[in-house]
Amino acid sequence: MSLIHKSAAELGALVARGEVSAVEVAQAHLDRIAAVEPKVNAFLHVDAETTLAQARRVDERRAAGEELGPLAGVPIAHKDVFTTVDMPTTAGSKILEGWRPPYDATVTRRLREAGLVILGKTNLDEFAMGSSTENSAYGPTRNPWDLSRIPGGSSGGSSAAVAAYQAPLSTGTDTGGSIRQPAAVTGIVGMKPTYGGSSRYGLIAFASSLDTPGPFARDVMDAALLHEAFSGHDALDSTSIDAPVPSVVEAARQGDVAGLRIGVVKEFGGEGYQAGVLARFHETVELLETLGAKVVEVSCPSFTTALPAYYLIAPSECSSNLARFDAMRYGLRVGDDGTRSAEEVMALTRAAGFGPEVKRRIILGTYALSSGYYDAYYGQAQKVRTLIARDFQAAFQQVDVLISPTTPTTAFPIGERADDPMAMYLADLCTIPSNLAGNAAISVPCGLADEDGLPVGLQIMAPVLGDDRCYRVGAAVERALADRWGGGLLAKAPAL
Amino acid sequence: MPYDEALERFEPVLGLETHVELGTASKMFCGCPTAFGAAPNTQVCPVCLALPGSLPTANAAAIESTIRIGLALNCSIAEWCRFARKNYFYPDMPKNYQISQYDEPLCFDGYLDVEVDGKTVRIEIERVHLEEDTGKSTHMGGATGRIHGADYSIVDYNRAGIPLVEIVTKPIPGTDRLAPEVARAYATELREVMRALGVSDVRMEEGSMRCDVNVSLMPRGSSEWGTRTETKNVNSLRSVERAVRSEIERQAAILADGGRIIQETRHFHEDTGSTTSGRSKEEAQDYRYFPEPDLVPIAPDPAWVASLKAALPELPRVRRKRLQQEWGVSDLDMEAMHNADAIDLVEATVAAGAPPADARKWWMGELARRANEAGVPLSALQITPDQIARVCAMVAGGALNDKLARQVLEGVLNGEGSPDEVVSARGLQIVNDEGELSAIIDQVLADNADAAEKVRGGKIAAVGALVGGVMKASRGKADAGRARELILQKLGVSE
Repeated sequence: MSLIHKSAAELGALVARGEVSAVEVAQAHLDRIAAVEPKVNAFLHVDAETTLAQARRVDERRAAGEELGPLAGVPIAHKDVFTTVDMPTTAGSKILEGWRPPYDATVTRRLREAGLVILGKTNLDEFAMGSSTENSAYGPTRNPWDLSRIPGGSSGGSSAAVAAYQAPLSTGTDTGGSIRQPAAVTGIVGMKPTYGGSSRYGLIAFASSLDTPGPFARDVMDAALLHEAFSGHDALDSTSIDAPVPSVVEAARQGDVAGLRIGVVKEFGGEGYQAGVLARFHETVELLETLGAKVVEVSCPSFTTALPAYYLIAPSECSSNLARFDAMRYGLRVGDDGTRSAEEVMALTRAAGFGPEVKRRIILGTYALSSGYYDAYYGQAQKVRTLIARDFQAAFQQVDVLISPTTPTTAFPIGERADDPMAMYLADLCTIPSNLAGNAAISVPCGLADEDGLPVGLQIMAPVLGDDRCYRVGAAVERALADRWGGGLLAKAPAL
Repeated sequence: MPYDEALERFEPVLGLETHVELGTASKMFCGCPTAFGAAPNTQVCPVCLALPGSLPTANAAAIESTIRIGLALNCSIAEWCRFARKNYFYPDMPKNYQISQYDEPLCFDGYLDVEVDGKTVRIEIERVHLEEDTGKSTHMGGATGRIHGADYSIVDYNRAGIPLVEIVTKPIPGTDRLAPEVARAYATELREVMRALGVSDVRMEEGSMRCDVNVSLMPRGSSEWGTRTETKNVNSLRSVERAVRSEIERQAAILADGGRIIQETRHFHEDTGSTTSGRSKEEAQDYRYFPEPDLVPIAPDPAWVASLKAALPELPRVRRKRLQQEWGVSDLDMEAMHNADAIDLVEATVAAGAPPADARKWWMGELARRANEAGVPLSALQITPDQIARVCAMVAGGALNDKLARQVLEGVLNGEGSPDEVVSARGLQIVNDEGELSAIIDQVLADNADAAEKVRGGKIAAVGALVGGVMKASRGKADAGRARELILQKLGVSE
């Protein structure tokens, strides 16, 4: 098996044993990127020299006898919202084109310290706003399963890179489903940790109370290893939880659901859901029962109001978070010809630098927060948020985890929903409640839809700081399905 | 309209919003230093420059200082409260929102008592909240130094993120003609509370304490408050008083003419003592406040708050009461010392051994006069409480009289050295040599035979002229009391 087809755990072990160098591993992935990137467009920035220099440094550290983690020497691709001192960071926006951050995000820094080698920065919907990566200012990323389709979003570059074997691991951020949905539609694993479980420091903010960094990988164990490597309390993020990281690697190893109580969310299914998605989901429910889980149906009535609440809270926060992009200190500057006032330059820069979806959300949020409308919109949405958290709490009294399809449909064709924001927003219907409540949720592959042969994701939701349960159930499903299929789902993907 | 006339027709209602920069070592939401006067943009980092991805973390020392301020102002302390974002675009505000507090201030519902004209006025405090300062814009070119008409502006972000406490009073009615004095007394008292707490250097001239003065007028007999204006750029205690007075006069003139007061921001001008309209706000700013999602709520432990309260230092008003009792001075004398900023100086002088009455006499008399002449505060005079105490001791010991003492003070203020050095350099010892004094007296008696004769004849009051002659002849160095005794003795008169 070539290096690019190995798991992160295997690569880490090979490097640790000295059977292969970090440089060789990095070079294999750089070669793969060079070969398939013209088709996939997963990356906004690749710099082989920088990557190989990092890999050499890891080999030197290992040679010097330094104790390194299980992922040392393993390459990774970072969603281009995490700041990196040695690579530009754009958030997929023209307004930050060419910006070189003077500091590393906590996620970036921790993974650097753990010896992971950065392959590059991946494409995304501008400022992580979208479900298809079509909102990137730098062109859409394509789904490795079908290049005419979207790879999900907003972390679509990260999901495509892993699914296309350009990287064994990648990072993403999940604000309304931006890790789980891309993972589901590209047939890989994507985890949204508990809010506050992974640091947001150095993550370019979309919606501060929702944004959550998380891992992408091709299997559950790799996702757990990456999760563990960057998680934990960070004094630079006030909302970071000061508690031990749930033992996710141990849970992924365990991978057993015997005696576990699993709740199927009654509200997710039926009209608007693709038949092939529902078929795979119901099969997975039966599979879990045969594995010894006790499956019941659980009603979470407030989940149906999550989408509108989300589309008030997230735009409200983004309208404020994106105010700093004003041409004064960094990034694009338009119209500064010596005759215009600072305010005019700000306005011209923002008009030229932000794409239509970002503008739509800034305007939506500005309106929702404005005097006289605050209570009706933002205030009301926060109440809905409380109700959703209560539904989760009540559900987790009865069951250990909740499950649902990750997305109502498989990957849709590029362009199909580009002019229909509401249709686009529906892609996050099942994922948004966990962002509003801040609990943990994962998407693992559960088969291919009959009608289009595209991947379907199973979402497993666990309580706050119950991240290990996601991995435990995810690993059990993964193993049982691998037995059934004779391998991972990605083995079924067409060659690029 | 003249002030007296304005007050005959209208009653003022005051309100004061005071910003105090806290003297914490680091900024409110990052670790950058806060020292004043560093080279521009050298005390900055990704957080206070609002680089993409950076996040604030709250400065615990600033929260503690704010709670102590709240406690000193008799406020309730929130058990749970949040920061809020105040959204507006301005180049000196890196995030284009200010992290502040909105409807959940850290401290609320307090009061501060101040003394004006021998009476106690209770100023109700609406709220005390914590926020961050902005950067500092300097507008280059143009005539006014204001943004309008400037060629370009430069921004120093060193100040961006320095912790700022805002203290807001409730509306203050009923001050009547003393409104300017009440405003000044409040600002003075507040400044002293901050100093006693050690939370800020409260230098109005450096901007570490800034007062916005709200004034409205209502016709006498009315109970409906008028439209208020908010005057900014008030950079000294004296300006607080002048700004209120000027605004009362200006508004009264408009109202008396049947005009209408526009709710607006006004700027105070030190040179003219008047206010001018600030940039007109065509529409009210909508700051779109919402709870700051990057920061967890503040939930001060009640036991900790209680311990902070127990550990508060003696507050200025309590201290003044104590000192007044110890020094045995009247309310008005104490208020005069307070207004002259002399209490610390007098206290230090007493601590250095001077009797309170003497310490007060020198600081409030000769030294106040000289400070006034020089147009500087008392504390800026080049003389120390220890030196004053030394002069007092020399007077008490008979080595100097008051007249000589004034010359010694003058010498010290001129930089001629310590009091002892001035005495010896200028030869200011009192004449204690009986022989020398006796010779001077003989000469004076001879030169003033008429007066001497009157005294001999029983008109003892006439001795004053003879003593004066002795003092003159000795150029002030004689001990006047001893001279009197000797004159009477020589003339054979007893009292």
